[in-house]
This record gives sequence, structure tokens and C-alpha cells, in this order.
Amino acid sequence: MLLALDTSTSAITVAVLGLDGGLLAEQTVIDPRATTEQLAPLIERALREADATPGDITLVAVGTGPGPFTGLRVGIVTGRSFAHARSIPVLGVPSHDAMAQQWFFGGAEGTVLVATDARRKEVYTSVYDRVAPEDEDHLIWARTAGPEVRRPQDLPEHWRGLPTLGRGPHLYPDHLPQSVGPLDVSAAALGGVALARYHVGEDQPTEPLYLRRPDAADPGRPASTLRGEGGPPAPKGRP
Amino acid sequence: MSESTPLVLGIETSCDETGVGIVHGTELLVDAVASSVEEHARFGGVVPEVASRAHLEAMVPTIERACREAGVALADLDGIAVTSGPGLAGALMVGVASAKALSLALGVPLYGVNHLASHVAVDIVEHGPLPEPTMALLVSGGHSSLLLVPDVTHDIRSLGASIDDAAGEAFDKVARVLGLPFPGGPHIDRAAQVGQITIDFPRGLTSGRDMERHRFDFSFSGLKTAVSRWVEQQQRDGRDLPVADVAASFQEAVVDVLTRKAVLACTEHDVAALQVGGGVAANSRLRAMAQERCEAAGIALRVPRPGLCTDNGAMVASLGAQMMLKARPVSALDLPADSSMPVTDVQSGLPVTVDHDHPH
Ligand SMILES: Nc1ncnc2c1ncn2[C@@H]1O[C@H](COP(=O)(O)OP(=O)(O)OP(=O)(O)O)[C@@H](O)[C@H]1O
Repeated sequence: MLLALDTSTSAITVAVLGLDGGLLAEQTVIDPRATTEQLAPLIERALREADATPGDITLVAVGTGPGPFTGLRVGIVTGRSFAHARSIPVLGVPSHDAMAQQWFFGGAEGTVLVATDARRKEVYTSVYDRVAPEDEDHLIWARTAGPEVRRPQDLPEHWRGLPTLGRGPHLYPDHLPQSVGPLDVSAAALGGVALARYHVGEDQPTEPLYLRRPDAADPGRPASTLRGEGGPPAPKGRP
Repeated sequence: MSESTPLVLGIETSCDETGVGIVHGTELLVDAVASSVEEHARFGGVVPEVASRAHLEAMVPTIERACREAGVALADLDGIAVTSGPGLAGALMVGVASAKALSLALGVPLYGVNHLASHVAVDIVEHGPLPEPTMALLVSGGHSSLLLVPDVTHDIRSLGASIDDAAGEAFDKVARVLGLPFPGGPHIDRAAQVGQITIDFPRGLTSGRDMERHRFDFSFSGLKTAVSRWVEQQQRDGRDLPVADVAASFQEAVVDVLTRKAVLACTEHDVAALQVGGGVAANSRLRAMAQERCEAAGIALRVPRPGLCTDNGAMVASLGAQMMLKARPVSALDLPADSSMPVTDVQSGLPVTVDHDHPH
């Protein structure tokens, strides 16, 4: 069985799939601020729903973003650590690929834009086209651009009019008018992408897609005054 | 597992060190650390996002290395312990998430523990069981605390702490004033060894009134300012800066206050053992003066080796093993990372709320 998880969008999402791609369980909560708290219990719940034990899992798939860094890291380190503990492979899937998978799997044709929240008035974007696969092992779509990070008003005009997945259109309706399809990643779809690539032997690195360099304004000493991206103030505790 | 000697892996990611240690009961098997301190040096301090990225990259490789060096398979572990606070939020979360995944995948209990309590518990693998009670002086870049420790697994009382800069922070800031690299502590220590104590810098919170209101608290920001002023005056006067003498005099002022208050705390609370921990415990003058003053007062001094004073995973594993030995409750899988976890909370993520508040 494959354990899939993603923490790059507002959803914390976990799924268990058979190696044939059949979905056995999916657990999702929308709570982007509580990834650390919620992810492990969700995995536990998904395993229970699938009537599986950790020992039944033979592959792990994890979304590699892009997405807010703190939550993204929690997902990736969880996937890597779980896989390491069981001595099984961990596969990385760019998170937008999972949204495209869900979209085209539902029968859609043509071209789609994925635009997810990158905070700081920017969006993470990717563009996908429906393609005719070589055979049934291959994916039915291809990424033609991205992922990248930009201000929505800086996106090419012809992209902005595309049907758009993700929360971008909800955040920037003036620039991204065409909201369709899923707002957040589904781990079930992510697992499907990982399995398809696994079966054709594709390399699937788990390096996070940060797309931005770390903020390294002069820290002073400190750890005591800085905050991490998106996180609460992070003082070194002083009892 | 053998009841008396749990095999515990500990993870520490509260600041810029990715630490993984493994202990077998009270025996240290391995202490593996990957540090991102060099990546921070050019910024003159720890950059949280840089630290968090480094933790993610180092986490699994450091676990792997620890197991390899200890000759331990993850499947043999009896428990996982992790620093759940205090520290940098994003950095803590990497370790906490990794620990949960291990706990879940291996089917072993999870213990989310306090970073400061771990600094105290590490001495168990170095010098054996902690005398109960023990007095702990924790001095690092983020903390300066005097703790009365009746039981390191669940009862730690804060007697005092720095009201401004931590001791290590003062070392780092003064080093910068003296043109020494970050982190400054070791450089000041080295410079001071060839210097003379020629300047009488102020001892914070030691005056009569302060000893009433802040008996066991510390303050180092006034000292730092005094050093800066002194250095500026030298420069205005066109004199060369006697770096070694300033370092020695500054260090003497810090160490004097730390040891004086620690020994006083022992005497007044009738505690026969003092443990010094945290990165500043590597300081040679602090070790020497603590030794001298403890001997004079009939107090047993315990200072772990420098590698176990700085942040590491072994200290977390050591506390985790104590939790298991004393059958303390296991942390739940929804354990949060708590960046401002109070030192009196030895453990977090307990399934039931426990009242940790103790009268001082
Ligand atoms: N020989 C020394 N003399 C004085 N200070 C030292 C010495 N060696 C290290 N230090 C100081 O110790 C501090 C580092 O301590 P440590 O490794 O415990 O990390 P930390 O992140 O500050 O710890 P914590 O998270 O526990 O607060 C730095 O401020 C450093 O300058």
C-alpha cells in the first residue's frame, strides 16, 4: 500500500492507496496553521480507515510544494521519516501536479492554470495541458510551465483567463476570474501521480520547492526577535 | 524491551543544531549533531528560515548516522523523545514532525520534552543519577536560568532567569563590539586567557535592593552597554583596544554573578549539588570559578563535557529514557511545538492536562 500526504495548501491531506491505484482511505482537514498537530493523527486515522498498519505501507508519497514553508517542511519530514523508519522508498510529487491530476481525471480537456496562495500578495502557478498518453501507465496531462512564484497581476494575460485551480482566484478575483475545480490538494490524487511515475521508473525527489530564498534580514542575535515565514513570533523562550 | 534499560532516540531541533542521540537507560550510545551555525555566521546570528531549511535536509541523514554509529536499528527502539519547546517555532516543528512519524511508523511511545529540562537531564548519562534535588544553572545563547530540580521528569521550579539578554547572547554581542566572529563565546574565552582583568565592569542585579527583588535573576544588557561605552571611549581617545583585557574583564563580570547567585541558591535552598549546562558552560573561567566556589561551600559541582552542554539530541534521549523509567505519561500524537514553553512544563502533549504550577 501507498501512504500519500500533502501539506502545501490549506488542506492537510492523507490517503492510503493500493498499489493498483485503488483508494482505500482519505482523511483531510482544512487547517493550514495546525499542520504539526494534525498531520500525524490524520495518518493514524487514515491507516485505521484503510484497515492497515504501518507495516502494510510499502511506499510513501509526499507533496513537495510549492507552499508556505513551515507546513510544507512538516509534511516532507513526516514522509521522509516514516519511510526511513519502515525502510521503504519515499516519492516526492510537486503539489500542483496532484491538482492537475484531479482535474483531468474528472474528464476535463484543454489547458488549466493552477494558482495557489504564496502569501505576500503572490501566487504559486503552474500550467498543464491534457495530452494523449503513450499507454495507460502514463499520466494524461503534462506540465508546460511552472511551478513559479509571481504577483497575480504579473501573470501573462492569456494565462489569467484560463480555467484556474487553487485558491488564487478567491484571493485575487480581479486578476484570476476563472475559478474551477479543486481549491486544495487531495492526497488521493497525489498518490495517483506518484504511483503512475513509480510504475514507469521515474525519479521522484522529495526536495521542497521553496521558489524563494530565505529571508535573511540582519538578524541581530537573534533568534529572539525574528519570526519564520508565516509562523507566529518565534522567540527563544525565556522562562 | 528490557524494562530497566529502555533504548530511546532523542531529537533536538530548537535552534540551529539538528541533534540525534540514542541512550540505553543511562548509557549514552551516540550523539550525532549537524549544525548550520556556519550558514548563520555571515548574518551574525541565527536566521530562523535558514535553520529550518537546514533541519529538514539534515533530519533523516542525522538519524541514519546516529543509528549506524550506535549499531542500533530503528526497529529496536523502545521510545522516541523530542524537544517540543521552547525554541524557534519553525525549527521545532521539523523535529516534532519527524519524531511523530517515527513513533507512528515504529509503534513506540512519543515523549515531547522541554529543552531546558533536557539540558539538566543530560548529566545523567555523564555523571550518573541526578541528586534530588539538584540546582541547575543553564546558560546558553537563549537562556540564563537558575532551576531548582526536585525531579527532572516532572518537577522543575524556576528560581530566576535573565530579565534581558541571556549570558551567551551577552558574549556574542560583546564579541561583536570587540570585532570577534560569531558565535562570540569561544573567542572571548580564548582571548581572555591571555588577558588581564583590568576593568571593573558592573555586576548586574547584585546591589542590596536588587538582591531583594531579583535575588536569583540576572541582567547582562547593562554590562554589554558598559563594555560598548568603554570601547568607544578608548577609540575616541585614539588608543589601541586591549581586546584580551576587555574580554577577560567582561567574562569575569558575567562569571562572577552567575556563580555567586548559583552558590547562594544552593545554600539557601539547602541543595548539595549544582549542575551547570548550556553552551556557556563550555567557558573555562566559568568552570574554574564554579569549581572554586562550590568547593568552598561544600557543594558537589557537575558539568557535562562541552559537547553535551551545547544543544544535542543525547540530552533529549536521556530525559526520554528517564520518563520511561519513571513511567511518566506518553505524549499524544497531536503534540504541538511550543516556542515559548515554560520551563516548569517538563513534558508537553499529555493526553490529560496536568497542573505543573508550583509555588516558588
Ligand atoms: N567558551 C565559551 N564561553 C562563553 N560562551 C560560550 C562558550 N562556548 C559557547 N558559548 C556560547 O554559548 C552559546 C551557544 O549555546 P548553545 O549551543 O547551548 O546554543 P543555544 O541555541 O544558545 O542554546 P539554547 O537553545 O539552549 O538557548 C553562544 O551564545 C556561545 O557564544
